[in-house]
Amino acid sequence: MFSPHTAKEREEMLAEIGVSSLAELTAQVPQELLYPQYNLPAALTESELTAHMAELGRKNRGLVCFAGAGAYDHYIPSAIKHIASRGEFLTAYTPYQAEASQGTLQAIYEFQSSVCALFEMDAANASMYEGATALCEAVNAAMRITRRNKILLSAALHPEYKETLKTYFTPKGEAVFSEIPCVNGVIDPAALDSLLGEDTAAVVLATPNFYGMLEDAQAVSDKAHARKALLISVVNPVSLGVLATPGSYGADFAVAEGQPLGNPLNYGGPYLGIFSCKKEHIRHMPGRICGMTKDVDGKRAFVLTLQAREQHIRREKAASNICSNEALCALQAVIYLALLGPRGLKEAAELCVEKAHVLAEKIASLNGFKLRFNGAFFNEFVVECPVAADKVRNALLKDGILAGVSLGAFDKTMKNCLLVCATEKRTDAEIERFVSALGRFSK
Amino acid sequence: MTAMTETKAVEATLVSIEKSVAGMRALTFPRAKKPASSYLPAQALRKTAPKLPELSEFGVVRHYTNLSRKNYSLDTHFYPLGSCTMKYNPRVNEDIAAMPEFAGVHPYAPDSAVQGTLEMHYRMEKLLCEITGLSAFTLQPAAGAHGELTGIFIAAAYHRSRKDKTRTEIVVADSSHGTNPASAALGGFSVVTVNSREDGRVNLDEMRKAVTAKTALVMLTVPNTVGLFESEICAVSKIAHEAGALFYMDGANFNAVMGLAKPASFGVDIMHLNLHKSFSTPHGGGGPGSGPVGVGENLKDFLPAPRVTEHDGKYKVEKKWRGSIGRVRSFMSNAGVVLKGYAYLRRHDGQTLRTIAENSILNANYVRVKLKDLFPCAFDEHCMHECVLTSVPERLNGVKTLDVAKRLLDYGFYAPTIYFPLIVHEAMMIEPTETESRATLDLFIAAMRAIYAETQENAELVKHAPYNLPVRRLDEVGAARNPDISWCAV
Repeated sequence: MFSPHTAKEREEMLAEIGVSSLAELTAQVPQELLYPQYNLPAALTESELTAHMAELGRKNRGLVCFAGAGAYDHYIPSAIKHIASRGEFLTAYTPYQAEASQGTLQAIYEFQSSVCALFEMDAANASMYEGATALCEAVNAAMRITRRNKILLSAALHPEYKETLKTYFTPKGEAVFSEIPCVNGVIDPAALDSLLGEDTAAVVLATPNFYGMLEDAQAVSDKAHARKALLISVVNPVSLGVLATPGSYGADFAVAEGQPLGNPLNYGGPYLGIFSCKKEHIRHMPGRICGMTKDVDGKRAFVLTLQAREQHIRREKAASNICSNEALCALQAVIYLALLGPRGLKEAAELCVEKAHVLAEKIASLNGFKLRFNGAFFNEFVVECPVAADKVRNALLKDGILAGVSLGAFDKTMKNCLLVCATEKRTDAEIERFVSALGRFSK
Repeated sequence: MTAMTETKAVEATLVSIEKSVAGMRALTFPRAKKPASSYLPAQALRKTAPKLPELSEFGVVRHYTNLSRKNYSLDTHFYPLGSCTMKYNPRVNEDIAAMPEFAGVHPYAPDSAVQGTLEMHYRMEKLLCEITGLSAFTLQPAAGAHGELTGIFIAAAYHRSRKDKTRTEIVVADSSHGTNPASAALGGFSVVTVNSREDGRVNLDEMRKAVTAKTALVMLTVPNTVGLFESEICAVSKIAHEAGALFYMDGANFNAVMGLAKPASFGVDIMHLNLHKSFSTPHGGGGPGSGPVGVGENLKDFLPAPRVTEHDGKYKVEKKWRGSIGRVRSFMSNAGVVLKGYAYLRRHDGQTLRTIAENSILNANYVRVKLKDLFPCAFDEHCMHECVLTSVPERLNGVKTLDVAKRLLDYGFYAPTIYFPLIVHEAMMIEPTETESRATLDLFIAAMRAIYAETQENAELVKHAPYNLPVRRLDEVGAARNPDISWCAV
């Protein structure tokens, strides 16, 4: 499909090349291996394909989403998809030829700047794959910078981030991970004190953490820095519309899952990893970085810079192996931030806080339901159900509601716990409907 | 410059924050009844507003629309970027990926609510197995380099499972993409590089010496980055296997193989594919991609969890099994990209896949023979999907590949991949792909020949190109010396 040559053109081109058949061009392939049988379904036309995909789509359920746990159902302004689907953005490659890629490059510069503004960090790159791998890169950088190998992870870090770290660092065998236990859903400061040592490279803090709870980030930061360990903060970018920033409490690296910024849920991807750091660590940053410069006429221009860190130049000595990142998702994120602006972002974040707190209060007032932890939270919280959370979640599918994330899948001791989220997108009516459906389980 | 053009130029390069007007709004939300401070402790709150632009919605749309117009893209320009497979991105695939039934699904929705998405993953895995001959695929990796790393983790786990602790090296070719050695290093291996022969293929004698009891994995790109098929690939896989190592095929250039041969038949144990290359998903200015990794039967259990399995027509996310290396990311996959790749594959059968490979090979050879008298071919024989031409500055009055690339931009063509592979002096790696018409190739060939003529008549003109783009040549040294990478910097 999509090969435009006519048979006549093919013949003429072969003649120009000076061969009589295509087989002459593929003579370098071991001949006995050529042209195997392919047992593939019949090729579909565009309309057949559309019908097939519609049929598959019908097998997914449209649900009102009260699930979060690292992927959030925020409102996505219409203008984003219209801009990001322009062929000039959609079908360009990584901007190697800067003069012919100023659009993508300036958008990357604006993305980096917006991340720096939102996070109050000095530097950000053009994006990573997603949140968990962005964290892996930050841990890698922290070990290189400190020449230490012990990493302390908040027990309330997203379990899939912990698993990804384990996969990334097991083969190399240098990093030693320990978990900082939690009390009431947040880091136990005494436990952190006893774990921190002269060999600690970094403390990994998540706030809001996996349970939605806000940590005392300043205290954790101070403790880490007192032992000359670095602080890596994992945050929700939308929360920074109201919450204290990683820069304000002195994080050395701040990473995030960037999906909440204008990117659809997409069953988990494509998303974008946000990676930011203090300026002294810039040369340890992985991935693409765009810089502002001038052309020979002195005109403002943008270009990929600090490339001496990267794989295509440094090969095995590179800061990371990353090549393609998630540029189009980052474009969607920067357009989102431009559309919301500082005030829109604050409004959205305040609505998240309010709706989640209203919902939490309503659920907690149902007999048999209670909040698992009692500290501050942003837009999600853990509810202890009177029965297994799986059962509650499955029952509410009939109401067209995704009730949250059942935590038993991550922690056997939390079988009855449901991680529930409300973003600014959830209406009062949806919240009422959700609470009343939960009421069926009320004792 | 007249006052008018000067004004235009200044407007055109303003970044969004410079267009900001205090109090301007695009999107608004209903106001919360109470401020965040009534729900949260004061020390948890942000103290200063972020320095983000304040614009109208129209202002945002016009700003980014005008930015887009400063890009060359596949839709607007021929984009012969070698090893990047810039083929046409079918539009219906965009519609499919954006269907709310797929795009609106939360990754933790229970399996029963996402049967369509899971079925698509399952079917995609089966299709990829069929076209590669491999036994199983993971769809987790978000890009090619991520796939390489996943493959390296699988190799490490395989040797670990055999209690073989001596295998600390990965062998790569000197013509490999930089990601191969970088991924190997990230996976904790040291890198042994094998040189290429004069005919552009990996040196088999050196390979025999390089592969030892310390070798965990041998990585080879096929076709390789000089656009040639590694004719002795079966010998390479044999060398690897006889030494107890595994054999990895970098599938970045799979476009020239699909429909022609199955990598499993070369003795490949592990390979990654790039859905954003061979399978037509758009590059988006640098991602998102998707880099599925396939393995032979003996390595199936090492694949990252989770994966989608099927029992009696019901699809399930399998979260854990013995031997898995674990996950390489959060959630399932770049599902939205996998969907586009799936949609593309369903438009094809064995015969049309073969046409893709053949026409990509035809187009590359057509460009090669029409230009090699002026820009000599690094390896003068029939090529696969891409050809590597060179600029010979002595023949071009000192004009170099960089200059030719920049001048091509003036002619309305994106540039080839330049100065890569590293083993070719003044390299220009040209990959037209099968979706370009003969008419486009002829225009490109004419432009290259015209540039050659310019080097003979007025080489200085070429040396200072481009002239017709939004900006001229850039101060890259200054950019790296004093990095200005954020508008927040003081």
